[in-house]
Amino acid sequence: MLAEPGSGALIELMAVTKVYGQGAAAVQALRGVDLSIATGEMVAVMGPSGSGKSTVMNILGCLDAPTSGTYRFRGMDVGAMSRDERALLRRHALGFVFQGFNLLSRTSALENVELPLIYRRVHSSERRARALAALAAVGLRDWAQHTPAELSGGQQQRVAIARALVTEPAVVLADEPTGNLDSARGHEIMALLRSLNRARGITLVMITHEPEMAAYAGRVVHVLDGLVERDAATGGPSDAEQ
Amino acid sequence: MLSNSLLLAVREIRRNALRSFLTILGIVIGVAAVIVMVTLGEGATLQVRRQIEGLGSNLLIVVPGQRMGPGMRQDAPAFALEDIEALRRSVPALAAVAPAVTQSATAIVGNRNWSTSVTGSDNSYLQARAWTLAAGRAFTEGELRAGKAVCLLGDTVRRELFGRQDPLGQRVRLTKLSCEVIGLLQPKGQSGMGRDQDDLVLLPLRTVQRRLSGNQDVAVIYLSVHAERSMQRAKADVEHLLRERRHISASEEDNFSVRDMREIASMLTGTTQVLTALLGAVASVSLLVGGIGIMNIMLVSVTERTREIGIRLAIGAREREVLSQFLVEAVVLSSFGGLLGILLALAASLLLARVLQVPFVLNLGIIGLAFLFSAAVGILFGFFPARRAARLDPIEALRRE
Ligand SMILES: Nc1ncnc2c1ncn2[C@@H]1O[C@H](COP(=O)(O)OP(=O)(O)O)[C@@H](O)[C@H]1O
Ligand SMILES: [Mg+2]
Repeated sequence: MLAEPGSGALIELMAVTKVYGQGAAAVQALRGVDLSIATGEMVAVMGPSGSGKSTVMNILGCLDAPTSGTYRFRGMDVGAMSRDERALLRRHALGFVFQGFNLLSRTSALENVELPLIYRRVHSSERRARALAALAAVGLRDWAQHTPAELSGGQQQRVAIARALVTEPAVVLADEPTGNLDSARGHEIMALLRSLNRARGITLVMITHEPEMAAYAGRVVHVLDGLVERDAATGGPSDAEQ
Repeated sequence: MLSNSLLLAVREIRRNALRSFLTILGIVIGVAAVIVMVTLGEGATLQVRRQIEGLGSNLLIVVPGQRMGPGMRQDAPAFALEDIEALRRSVPALAAVAPAVTQSATAIVGNRNWSTSVTGSDNSYLQARAWTLAAGRAFTEGELRAGKAVCLLGDTVRRELFGRQDPLGQRVRLTKLSCEVIGLLQPKGQSGMGRDQDDLVLLPLRTVQRRLSGNQDVAVIYLSVHAERSMQRAKADVEHLLRERRHISASEEDNFSVRDMREIASMLTGTTQVLTALLGAVASVSLLVGGIGIMNIMLVSVTERTREIGIRLAIGAREREVLSQFLVEAVVLSSFGGLLGILLALAASLLLARVLQVPFVLNLGIIGLAFLFSAAVGILFGFFPARRAARLDPIEALRRE
């Protein structure tokens, strides 16, 4: 599974460890994770609570740096980047969907979706058109002016997905995207994510607890105690390229 | 980058309209207070200056005795008519030399009476004290020489004694003296010290000396100097002449004093200017307090919006973009507060100037300064909260509820 540098893998974690805190209070969250993800894959990350899933996600999302080991994104060493360089990488290549939606409150769905485009300096008329298109893609065209408080959980998660997609990122990272939703909404969201993965070739990495949601992915990575315990194709619907 | 920050900041301000308004209230009040204080203060200064000019231009006042410490008096002889003539003869810089004797008296017409002050002088008094006639005529040479019972009325006396009737040709009784009204003086209004300048009756000097004061003394001499630049020179000449006439030896001090109205004017306007500066300074403290208010609210807002900041950072906002958003937010807020304060100040100063009867002086300098200051307050007090927001760890920030 371990890809050579420059082999074309989009994401490569090599012997990545992460230690939180220092001395007696130190927690070894990751103990040497190797993971390689190719462009266009849809990967589910599973594992018990506290196993290190979110830590992996934060590192993949360039929100956090590994304690040791190497993280290469498109062959670039993320560990060597500054805080600002990582911010720019997030801005231009990554989209996030969080478990708790994390939308700006008292802010319309449209303005929420526009936010990443503002940081990309997209001009206002184009920004608006693209945000509306992203909302339309998740079926919320008519809800553009509603604030999160006026939307259901499923709708809020779809706004969050629209926000992650509006910049057409190379990778979307989703941390338990269905965790706060009932089963029916959960399936709706997964179907939406899978269709986006297929139609647009967006690489998708998501954390989930539920096997039925993981089944949407083409590959499941099991994490246990800070290590990749099992990494297997599901034979499921997603078809990674090549 | 700036237009982006502006967009984000304006969205945030609009989203929290009430909080934003309360935040800037301190600035609004601070800016308004500074401008109102300075505007009214300058109005008062201008008023004092105008009124002192109204006393007579290039005026010197000569009184017997020296101004001494409080409560101390010095016996000094009064002036005589000969002193007046000598001054007129030998100091060419003087445009007018007016002797004056002033007494208080009750003026009676029919069943109306009014307690006023009666001044005996001649027509040069009108020139020296800048009086003009509203109606009638000044004294004739004959009336002055003979000490005739004729008088000119100040506007207040005219109003109190005659109301809407025409006083010209009527008779007014002043204690034992009945005199005919031959002229009316143009009103001047209140003096800088709050005294009613129009409360006077003017008679020939000789009439007052003979019929009211009962002696030949001249209590005060009013001098008007031709040109302002020769004031100093004229004053010296007058002092020299009077020392000679009053037989004061070189070792003795003057037993009279010549006062320059310009000195008194600059002293008075100086006082109001100091007062203005003081009030302005006190008011700027409220601006500072307003700035601390902004900092407080911005700090609360950073804590409140930690998750929002986390979202922005995760989406790809750089440290300096979060910093500039919060900074721009603070500056937009505080300068908007400044603008509101300026509007409030203009309205309040117009109103107060009317109520207090001081002229309204629009000082664009202080308005511009107050605006710049309010913007600076935003930068100063917005920086610390903004930096705190920008340095948040995105993961920590996202985890916060
Ligand atoms: N910021 C942190 N500080 C200290 N310990 C942390 C921190 N984040 C995670 N951990 C610890 O690291 C381990 C892995 O956490 P996490 O990656 O969140 O697990 P998961 O998402 O699989 O539940 C856990 O033991 C957790 O307590
Ligand atoms: Mg987790």
